[in-house]
This record gives sequence, structure tokens and C-alpha cells, in this order.
Amino acid sequence: MTTVVNVPPSLDDHTFDDVLRQLTTVPSDAKVLLDARHVRWASPFGLTALLTLAQTRTEMPALAVPELEETASYWARAGFFRYAEELYELHGSYPKRAGASDSNVLLEIMSVAKSEDVHDVVGRIQQKAQLMLRELSLDAKATVGFAMTLSEICQNIVEHAGRGGWVMVQTYRWTKRLGRRVVVIAVADAGVGFRQSLETSPGKDRGDRWDDAAALEDAVIRGVSRFRDPGRGQGLAGVRRYLGRWDGKLSVRSGTARIAIVPNWDDDVPLAEHLPPFPGAQVQVTIPERAPSAQPQPVSARTQR
Amino acid sequence: MNHIDLSSVLRQTVSCDLYSNLVTRPTGAAVRNQIERLLDDAHDRTLTVIDFSQVAMIDFSCADEVIAKLLISHEADDSPRDAYFLFRGVTDEHWEAIEAVLERRGLALVVERADGIHVVGTLGNEERRTWEAVRQLGRASQHELAERLDVSIAEAQHALDVLRRRRLVMRVADTYIVVGAHRGG
Repeated sequence: MTTVVNVPPSLDDHTFDDVLRQLTTVPSDAKVLLDARHVRWASPFGLTALLTLAQTRTEMPALAVPELEETASYWARAGFFRYAEELYELHGSYPKRAGASDSNVLLEIMSVAKSEDVHDVVGRIQQKAQLMLRELSLDAKATVGFAMTLSEICQNIVEHAGRGGWVMVQTYRWTKRLGRRVVVIAVADAGVGFRQSLETSPGKDRGDRWDDAAALEDAVIRGVSRFRDPGRGQGLAGVRRYLGRWDGKLSVRSGTARIAIVPNWDDDVPLAEHLPPFPGAQVQVTIPERAPSAQPQPVSARTQR
Repeated sequence: MNHIDLSSVLRQTVSCDLYSNLVTRPTGAAVRNQIERLLDDAHDRTLTVIDFSQVAMIDFSCADEVIAKLLISHEADDSPRDAYFLFRGVTDEHWEAIEAVLERRGLALVVERADGIHVVGTLGNEERRTWEAVRQLGRASQHELAERLDVSIAEAQHALDVLRRRRLVMRVADTYIVVGAHRGG
């Protein structure tokens, strides 16, 4: 018997939980059909998470592609079907060729499994630096930090996930509250996740409260790593510092929890627990267009000594 | 004095001319190992210029592998050689990651800029004061430093020993100079 899972019309980091909720009681070896026919819009998180979801199924799932030609065309330009063809039985029609590139897609979906992939990702995003400068009124320093952020998040897959994942970068207008354009990085894998990764740390004291939320707090807030080396854990700490300077948002989902560093322009909760389970880690970084009057914290005011 | 162009080392390391970014830990570890191999060919005591001029960017993980671990290994009592490092071509874009790893590891290094040499990173007030005094003196004995800082000779010697162990000043006969002093500053 095939279980049909409805994919919401607008697929993002929050509505993806609706997909997972429908799968909570479905064994991983059961046949599922993801019905995305009525999807009109998907964020980078939504697209990369859909690919990741297929990795978690032992029985190849089916996917009914969006009926709206504009949506299917966008998914093709984002590089989704290139990978989905290997992970899903695809039903419905979709463009076999991606066609002209989409100026909103700064980085179409790329697989990340090894260090060289991170070099490729960073190299490609640097080629789009001028576009970012123009579209989001960011300055050159912000684009370098953006590439560093992208690099560090992708490295989490290489170093910790134990299996490959995906990355995508896109710009779009964030209508809710902000009303400005944003650039969004989504990185998703179906690997071991933060809790299991930290549990491999020698001498890890799990304490009274040890769950996915606690693991995320350790890794994202306190910079804890599974390695004893004190130099580890700098990646996410650096990402947080960069986002603080550019008023960005960081959201990390792993297992049954999601933690977020939430700027004033967003109303997300800092910590969500008891979410439907999903393996691995899914990271989303959102950098808003620079407001006309906004100035980043100057270098001289930082801790350069 | 050695000169190591990091972009050249990077290309040799990753075997690809397309990469001009110092990113990822494996890349950083490979670059550091290549630097160590180059240092093996040098004299017992060496001053090496680590040149970032052609490096587009460096991320936190790579900065930790290349810079922090290089400094740590040569600060250790069992350091394989008496090596000192002067960092050249470090821009604001590189500094973000370098600053973070220096802070995290409690390290300091000497950078060469257009206006001279500077010590950056984690340094106590007394260490910084001593380093600046040696830089201004150009070449200082512990007696001269003690007089300049108005401290005892033993205190001056201790301060110089600390900076020497941190690879920030070099001992030349019975005197001390800051790393890169002869390059100007």
C-alpha cells in the first residue's frame, strides 16, 4: 500500500514539518508518494529537504511534481530534478532541461559530500558576488563573510554527517514583517545529526537533560564540538558573529528540535521542540537586504587588538 | 628568510589552478603540512614570510588549521625548529577568520602592513607594552628593556622569554628584536 503525503502549497522550513508529520507513523520501508502537484512556491530549504527526505526512505519514494508550469520550471532551473530523478519515481511532466538560469538562484542545488565540493560551492558563489552586491545593497565585506558562512555550513556535512547532502542559495522578497529582499542559504543532510554526533565525543556528560534541543544548544550557542581539539566548533560561532553584524537569521533543525538566532525583523521562536523527527541536520541562513540607513558594526569597534 | 606564497602552496596542495580560496580543514591541514615540509629545508632558525596577497578568502576552519596550528606547534617546548613567522598581505577579508582563531586559541602573530609591522591577536597589556618597547628600541638587551620599561632586569628577561616563546621576538646574540623588525616599522 502506498501512503500519500500532501506537500503544502508553500514549502519552507516550517511547512516542511507538515510533510514530516504525515510520515511519523509510516515505516521507512513503506512506499510513499509525495503529492507536490499543488505546490506553488518552495524555498531553498524546501527543495533541499525534499531531496534529503528521499534519502531517509529505504523504499524509493514517488513524487508527483508541481502541476503549475511556472513552479516546475523553477524547480528545474534550481537543479532540483537533476538529483530528484535519482532519488524519486517522478510522476507528471517537468522540464527535462533547466533552460535559462534564474537570476534569483545564486547557487543552484549542488551536492556536498567531500572537501572539494565545498571549494566548488565557494568558487561558484564568489562568481555571483557582484549580483549580490547589486541586488541586496551589500558591501564587499558582506559577500566575503557570506562565502565563509557558506563554506562552514557545508563543511558540517563533510565533517559530521557521515553522508552527502545538498546546498542551495537563492534571493527572494521576504514579505512578512521585513518587506525587503533576502538571500537565503539552505544546507540539508540526512546524516547522524547533532545529538548523535556530540554523543561520540569522548567523556561526553549527557546530564539530566540530553535530547536534540540540548545538543543544538551545545553546538550552536556554546560552540561545542565532538572533537576534543579546542579549535573545533569555530565554524558555527563564526557564522553567528557574521550574522550578528549583518542582522541575519540562523536556523538549525536536527532530529526533533529547531534552534534559531532570531533578528528583530522575524518572529520565529528561538527553540522549537517535539517536532516530527527527521534525521541529519538542516541549516538555513537568511541575510536581509541592507536597509538604507543601516550600517554594520565597524571593524574598529570589534575586538581587533 | 623564507617566503611562502600561500596561493602557490594551495594550488600545489589541491592540484587545481581554479582554487584560490583557503577553505575547509582538510585543505588547511594539507597546506600546513606543505609549509612544514618547506621549513624542513630551511636552517635551524628561520624567519618565514607567510604571504596572503593572492589568497581570495580564508574561512575559520582553514585559518585554524593553517595559522593556529602552525603557531601552536612552534610555540611548544618540543618545537621541531626555531621558526618565526611574519604574515603579509592580510586584508580585512582575511582578518575576520584569523582574528576569530587567534582569540579562540589565545594566540598572537606579527603582521606586515604598509605602515610597518604590528602585533595582533591575544596579548596581555604587559606583553604588548614589552613588544612595542622592543620594536621602538630596534634591538634591545634585557638591560635596555628594563631601563625603558622601568622594571627589574629579571622582569625584563621574563617578559622577553615569554614573547620569544610566543614567536613574537627573536633573540640575536645577547639582544632581542621583534619579528620582522628589519623589514621596517
